[in-house]
Amino acid sequence: MAESPVPGTTAEAEPGPIPDLPRKRRPRSRKPKAIDGTEPEQLLEYLRLMLLIRRFEERAAQAYTQARIGGYCHLNLGEEATVVGVTQAMEPTDYLFTNYREHGYALGRGIDPGRAMAELYGRTTGVSKGWGGSMHMFDAQARLMGGYGIVGGQLPLAVGAALAVSYRGSAEAVVCHMGDGTTNIGAFHESLNLASLWDLPVVFVVVNNQLGMGTSVEQSCAEPELHRRAAAYRMAGVRVDGTDVLAVRDAVREALCVARREQRPTLVEAVSSRLRGHSVVDPARYRTPQEADAAQREDPLPRFQHRLREAGVLDDRTLADLQSAVAAEVTRAAAFAEESPHPQVASLFDHTYATAVANESRRLPADALFDVEAPACQ
Amino acid sequence: MPVMTYRQALRETLREELQRDPDVLLIGEEIGAFEGSYKITEGLLKEFGPRRVRDTPIAEEGFVGAAIGAAMLGLRPIVEIMTINFSLLALDQIVNHAAKIYGMFGGQTSVPLVIRTPGGGGQQLGATHSQNIELYYSFVPGLKVLAPSTPAEAAAMLRAAVRDDDPVLLLENLGLYNSRGQVPDTAEVAEIGRAAVVRPGRDLTLIGYSRMVSVALQVAERFAESGVEIEVVDLRSLRPLDRATLVESVRRTGCAVVAEDDWLTYGIGAEIAATIQEGAFDHLDAPVRRVAMAEVPLPYAKPLELAALPNVTDLATVVEQTLRATRRVGA
Ligand SMILES: Cc1ncc(C[n+]2csc(CCOP(=O)(O)OP(=O)(O)O)c2C)c(N)n1
Ligand SMILES: [Mg+2]
Repeated sequence: MAESPVPGTTAEAEPGPIPDLPRKRRPRSRKPKAIDGTEPEQLLEYLRLMLLIRRFEERAAQAYTQARIGGYCHLNLGEEATVVGVTQAMEPTDYLFTNYREHGYALGRGIDPGRAMAELYGRTTGVSKGWGGSMHMFDAQARLMGGYGIVGGQLPLAVGAALAVSYRGSAEAVVCHMGDGTTNIGAFHESLNLASLWDLPVVFVVVNNQLGMGTSVEQSCAEPELHRRAAAYRMAGVRVDGTDVLAVRDAVREALCVARREQRPTLVEAVSSRLRGHSVVDPARYRTPQEADAAQREDPLPRFQHRLREAGVLDDRTLADLQSAVAAEVTRAAAFAEESPHPQVASLFDHTYATAVANESRRLPADALFDVEAPACQ
Repeated sequence: MPVMTYRQALRETLREELQRDPDVLLIGEEIGAFEGSYKITEGLLKEFGPRRVRDTPIAEEGFVGAAIGAAMLGLRPIVEIMTINFSLLALDQIVNHAAKIYGMFGGQTSVPLVIRTPGGGGQQLGATHSQNIELYYSFVPGLKVLAPSTPAEAAAMLRAAVRDDDPVLLLENLGLYNSRGQVPDTAEVAEIGRAAVVRPGRDLTLIGYSRMVSVALQVAERFAESGVEIEVVDLRSLRPLDRATLVESVRRTGCAVVAEDDWLTYGIGAEIAATIQEGAFDHLDAPVRRVAMAEVPLPYAKPLELAALPNVTDLATVVEQTLRATRRVGA
């Protein structure tokens, strides 16, 4: 696959023209300004994370096409602002459940990119020790409670986690991420009902990238304004621009506040565009060239860079530094994954049960149930 | 040793476990104010309050999944699914989530969850309410499936299930709820993964689980009158399956009959028969026979329902035929 760099990752490129913003160049102020009360340092950290996710995903796509990574591989390209906004609104003690499009969320929760990449490579050093792969990353310390490959499967689990928090009366909250297509499955409706009925501290984040595989929101949702679906459960529902990291962060932060303070759930819908196919192998032929172009114009990276330049927070030099730093980090991550050991076959039966149990099967495909030589029971 | 019903044994054990461990809570439809469809949870809402005894909407997928999520954070939920038929609505959460979470994440989080649910036909409940589909769960690595056949086992297995760190499905049985038996007051904890020889004998091995164990014992009693000694094995644990105990028994008796309440084709008995032929081939004097439900959606009308379900006579007939086939009993 030809790796065309996505706008915003090449050091040389100025951000492309952004139709929604005024074209007239304002004079750059010398002194970096806070944006909406967010200090320059913090803004640059958000940008760094977005760049890191972008670079990580591009590297994952490359490794996938080189058959270094197996299975399915779904990327967060185009959703970086949402991923960073969501994860940076959370406290370290909050719990996060995601779907299978989750690499960025792992990075956003502070998981070492090497351990995330090693999971894609199926190595013992991976976050899930090579047992989960791209779709199933888990890290107890980061309170990343798992990526889940079954559409909607994570929702009841997140409700249960919030139930445990509520049962114990602790101050944590739970964030549950999903896609737009997921709002049509039964588990979505059962979960929202339970969360509202039981007054649970959970925030449902719907990443509306406008597609579930090749099916548009209009084709699949009787109510395409997804945030309005919350109303059926007397739950607050808000819609934000998913390409605006600060808007997403603020909406999720506010929802988390409500979760903690009032023990009430919220649904946050973040609208953005998927820059590429559903997964790495999807050529996305269901999109017209116009639609594909429109998606590129929604790219959150040039937008955020432009905004930071306008505020005097970012200049070419800083951007170049950030980009070479994340590039080095991703290169290190890939090297770490490459060098990490594959799991030993002897570990195949290590994780069937948490409590050891009599007569657990440990047979390999060609093994006899009983010793064929000396017929005594095994 | 007090005598009590299967229902009382379950209820008393739930009460003890709620008292013993503050992380234990009950979740299910109609388990609170209604006190359970089959009154297993009678009095528990009053005693423990709505925080520990949580009524749910009719949303099996949602509340089973919520119990799994709560278990991931260290609570020890005991979920009641009204009957095993409704567990199909929660199949995704049980099979794709409860059974997978420990292994799929490399052993980082366990799911200490109990699902209690009754199977059983014979109550004229018709096709959708009379199934024995424990096989669906027994098929899945990552789950543990227990099938108590007596009040004592019900108590000991429920205790084991609550204290185990893995998802355990406890298969109860509508036909057993009123059955009575001695229950030791020593708070025994069953060992998961072990079958038990509940009646020793040397002439034939009769294998069953849940309700069929009592049917098997009645048949054994009947044959004992004519001097035939039937060994009865209670599987107790459908996953893991204690193959060694089965095979060891059949190696002694030389023949076996399986009694099961589910459908025959691809059923639990098929797995037992396959195990026996592999582990006791040289010891077999007759083919392994299975007595199982007729392969129809169970009808409502009483004569049809009765004809479809395996009973003492069916089992006795097949035992008799098997004994003849060994040529050890009168030809
Ligand atoms: C229950 C279930 N049905 C179908 C699939 C196959 N599938 C995987 S992702 C997907 C689309 C989901 O779309 P959306 O919720 O919008 O998430 P996105 O992929 O856009 O992030 C489908 C149909 C699945 N994984 N699980
Ligand atoms: Mg989508």
